[in-house]
Amino acid sequence: MADAAVPPPDLLPEKFAAWFESRGWSARAHQLEMIAKAREGRDALLIAPTGGGKTLAGFLPSLIDLAQQPPSNTPQGIHTLYISPLKALAVDVERNLMAPILQMGLPIVAESRTGDTGQARRARQRVKPPDILLTTPEQLALFCAWEGARLYFENLSCVILDEIHTLHSTKRGDLLALDLARLQQFAPNLRRVGLSATVDDPDVIRRWLAYGKVPDPDPPLLGEGDHEVVDGAAAARGANSPSVGFADSSLSVGASKAIYETVDLVRGPAGAQPIVDMLLSEGRVPWAGHTAKHAMQEVYDTIKQARTALVFVNTRFQAEFAFQELWRLNDDNLPIALHHGSLAAEQRRKVEAAMARGELRAVVCTSTLDLGIDWGDVDLVIQLASPKGASRMVQRIGRANHRLDEPSRALFVPANRFEMLECQAAREAIAENRFDGEPTRIGALDVLAQHVMGCACSEPFDLLALYDEVRSAGPYRDLIWEDFEQVVDFVSTGGYALKTYDRFRRIVVGQDGLWRVRNAETAQRHRLNVGAIVSPAVLTVRIAMGKARRGGRKIGEVEEGMLEMLDPGDTFVFAGQVWALVGVTGTEVLVSPATNRDPKMPSWGGSKFALSTFLAGRVRELMYDQEHWKVLPADVREWLEVQRDHSLIPPADDLLLETFPRGKRHFMVVYPFEGRLAHTTLAMLLTRRLERMGAAPLGFVCNDYAMAIWALKPMDGLDFDELFAQDMLGDDLESWLAESFMMKRAFKGCAIISGLIERRFPGHEKTGRQVTFSTDLIYDVLRRHQPDHLLLRCAREDAATGLIDVARLGLLLERIQGRIRHSPLEHLSPFSVPILLEIGKERSPGQAGEMILAEAEEDLIAEALS
Amino acid sequence: MSALASPSPAYAFAASPCGGLRTRLNGAAVTLRASGALWLEEQRTLVVADLHLEKGSAYAMRGQMLPPYDTRETLRRLQAEVMATLPDAVVLLGDTFHDRKSEDRLARDDAHTLRSLAGATRLIWVIGNHDADGPRALPGDVADELSVAGLTLRHEPVEGLQIGEVAGHLHPCARVVASRGSVRRRCFVTDGSRMVVPAFGAYAGGLNIRDAAFDGLFSQPPLCGALGADRVHAVGWRSVAGD
Repeated sequence: MADAAVPPPDLLPEKFAAWFESRGWSARAHQLEMIAKAREGRDALLIAPTGGGKTLAGFLPSLIDLAQQPPSNTPQGIHTLYISPLKALAVDVERNLMAPILQMGLPIVAESRTGDTGQARRARQRVKPPDILLTTPEQLALFCAWEGARLYFENLSCVILDEIHTLHSTKRGDLLALDLARLQQFAPNLRRVGLSATVDDPDVIRRWLAYGKVPDPDPPLLGEGDHEVVDGAAAARGANSPSVGFADSSLSVGASKAIYETVDLVRGPAGAQPIVDMLLSEGRVPWAGHTAKHAMQEVYDTIKQARTALVFVNTRFQAEFAFQELWRLNDDNLPIALHHGSLAAEQRRKVEAAMARGELRAVVCTSTLDLGIDWGDVDLVIQLASPKGASRMVQRIGRANHRLDEPSRALFVPANRFEMLECQAAREAIAENRFDGEPTRIGALDVLAQHVMGCACSEPFDLLALYDEVRSAGPYRDLIWEDFEQVVDFVSTGGYALKTYDRFRRIVVGQDGLWRVRNAETAQRHRLNVGAIVSPAVLTVRIAMGKARRGGRKIGEVEEGMLEMLDPGDTFVFAGQVWALVGVTGTEVLVSPATNRDPKMPSWGGSKFALSTFLAGRVRELMYDQEHWKVLPADVREWLEVQRDHSLIPPADDLLLETFPRGKRHFMVVYPFEGRLAHTTLAMLLTRRLERMGAAPLGFVCNDYAMAIWALKPMDGLDFDELFAQDMLGDDLESWLAESFMMKRAFKGCAIISGLIERRFPGHEKTGRQVTFSTDLIYDVLRRHQPDHLLLRCAREDAATGLIDVARLGLLLERIQGRIRHSPLEHLSPFSVPILLEIGKERSPGQAGEMILAEAEEDLIAEALS
Repeated sequence: MSALASPSPAYAFAASPCGGLRTRLNGAAVTLRASGALWLEEQRTLVVADLHLEKGSAYAMRGQMLPPYDTRETLRRLQAEVMATLPDAVVLLGDTFHDRKSEDRLARDDAHTLRSLAGATRLIWVIGNHDADGPRALPGDVADELSVAGLTLRHEPVEGLQIGEVAGHLHPCARVVASRGSVRRRCFVTDGSRMVVPAFGAYAGGLNIRDAAFDGLFSQPPLCGALGADRVHAVGWRSVAGD
């Protein structure tokens, strides 16, 4: 155990000990342990809650090392590289690091470098590298695609990866892991240090972080029939490769177990247990909706009593809504601000600065403020609507009170009855220190393609050496040779069965047998397209000026899709104000201020989280356990009781399926609690089946908890086990997916990351006539002529994991086999009310729509309780 | 057969059995086909514009390895149209090749497909701005413009009143807005007197018909025939928006 190890007292040099003392601090056990790990030359993962001096613990060994180096007139190169997932965090850490450096008078240069860093500073950093460089994964990828990257990093001694838990399971994490493997080639003695918030399974991150020094043998993962081909390919290169020749697969299992043990786990002290309350509103908890409008007065009163509050919501739409509502109630004119990803960067910076100066009483924000910058003054975190996952919630709660000994305070404000159950489940999970688990990730091949191109731009590479290097990166440890070869072929010629591009190769093999980029221009173009973040097309929102309606001040950015909901003249809320859409010109959205108090709100793409599997399970358990209901407010308890008596509440692992007629329709409602994405996919597939079974389905609606399908014919008599059979994920999924816009969206992302098409940079768009040559055209052609192409494979995997959550749907179908509890009803049940209320909710502009809805809601509730 | 309301009695759209729209253009009976081809019924002439063959390889030359199947996809669609209409002549309305070197980059199979088309029907290459030289080795007649049944077939629309002109070049595309959202599709655009036909090539992009490039071409708000999955949808000017 980490706590058991008592570090020797001489770990802290005198200068440093004196500094701690002068601040009235003493070095914490985990900080000393990190110094000890560095002395032993061990890779380390530090897991500590926010406020535990985690960042300093990461830097201390480097500061000590640098302080002890003899002065030198020649530049030593970068000693320590710090990588943060956020630009703002890199800059913030730079500032915090300056304090000990200046106060101890250490001869250490620490500088940040992000996309916002000026040209002069960038150029200087290249010629005269600082001792400590603080940057982002994207900048590192760019570094690695430079000529001379090897020389630049050859003296690198330590890499610190901050907030690693937010990166490791993403495409950005894949790219970072590959670049880490590259750095290790440049500087073999490089030490890896990871900093992470508390996670459920640290070994997942250790495995990601570990340097796989022993490359696995070519694993015989292919079918027997393919064996010859692979063996042939491997044998042809066998002469050069130390890695080919092992054939014992047990060896690779042993190796991968050992691999994560090369990273030592250091645990910071557990912080004080957070105090998490749930707001039990005076008003009744609504049946449906996500705005928590009913509780806004109480939220406002709580803000009034706090010093500074962060009000977290899940979508940009909710952020705008809550901000409007709070200001409607703000008789005291409290400084309440708004922060979300669509606002202009400048505006966000202003809010952050005001926050840092302690001038704000509350900020309504989305996941943009989940991470990062220390704001000591925050003493309360409010979560409006459901938290969706225990780990995210702990991260958010950690934003309050960055001091370990005092508990953080948080308040959950559930927006409806199911969310009430969810908030309760989350509170209990947090109290028990349980978190959402995350599956081990397999590295994406589009990211690998980008990396291979980057390597070629930097220096000539040997195919086999690169294969081994890539497999030393956690997510790519099990990469098979055939896939690697396919990726290299893709990078070179596009990887097409029709070999007409051989003469246009982007990377070529030289006489020395090494691969290199074709020419400088190709390399330059690649460098402009580095990174694994793909954002949807974004338009700038500006205020329309004068008669010519030219674009004036910029107020933010919106995703393209949002505009499809609006026509000129329509009003919407943005950046906390009501605007009317004037028109769209090229890449600019022109708006004018509107006086309308009742805007037609656009539905925002924004960040929408699915309920975590872990939390969903706990909600189902809570629901079934009647003893447990005591902790819930009376109206929610009553709702559960009526559900139990009129329909049924199944055990946690069973699936409740209700059927009932309503109007001229027949309804089927199921409650899998697997999140909107998985439910939507399930509904798409079920309607195809119901169609074939002759039930004549008419439509469906989904939320995070349930899914409802309605049809012309009754569905009571169907064989539900057959309807929900797992083979749904075979042909039905394939044929639906092929046509689905989600595949096209996923394909676009993969095409950009892999370098098949180029990003469009702001300011680089064609002026004048906009001829749009969309990736959809490419997708259609490729799907017809080479359906097994690498990028289609990538897109399918992305769609299946991210956009439609097939993985989760698969687990659900497996879980409920033979466990479907059918409840045939004469009319709707209490549980079904929230989901039925969502029908038609999307499109009800203006007052009339609201009145119809309110009326419909009354009817539904009366019917359910009768 | 449903005749759709139109701003002028001079022309109207009617559905055709193949999913296309039938109308009259300066008096000539024409069908707007769902593929994006224009069919001159009485002259048994099929008109397709802006094939942009070998656009994929043009990008590949510059290091962007787009799938090399655009030429065969475009020719596959053209062959299907020829099989469906059995034309006496096929008019390629300019920009058939993406650039002047495209013909040299044609895969052998694709060149063969073009030759067999020229064997089955009369192939007429109208010159465009991308392929001003016309074909070098491939068979067929070459023309700057063509007069058929009171219509003038040319690549680039000429400014001002041009009665009976059929042109390509602009790659017309409409963003059709309805209460459920909007969709962007290639389209025919016509005022009954002249017409711009959509690009036929698999990789040809689209230019919104609300773009200034279309200003002054039509004497009244035109109608569009937006290409659906297997039919052409008649859409009024008020239902289309800028990008």
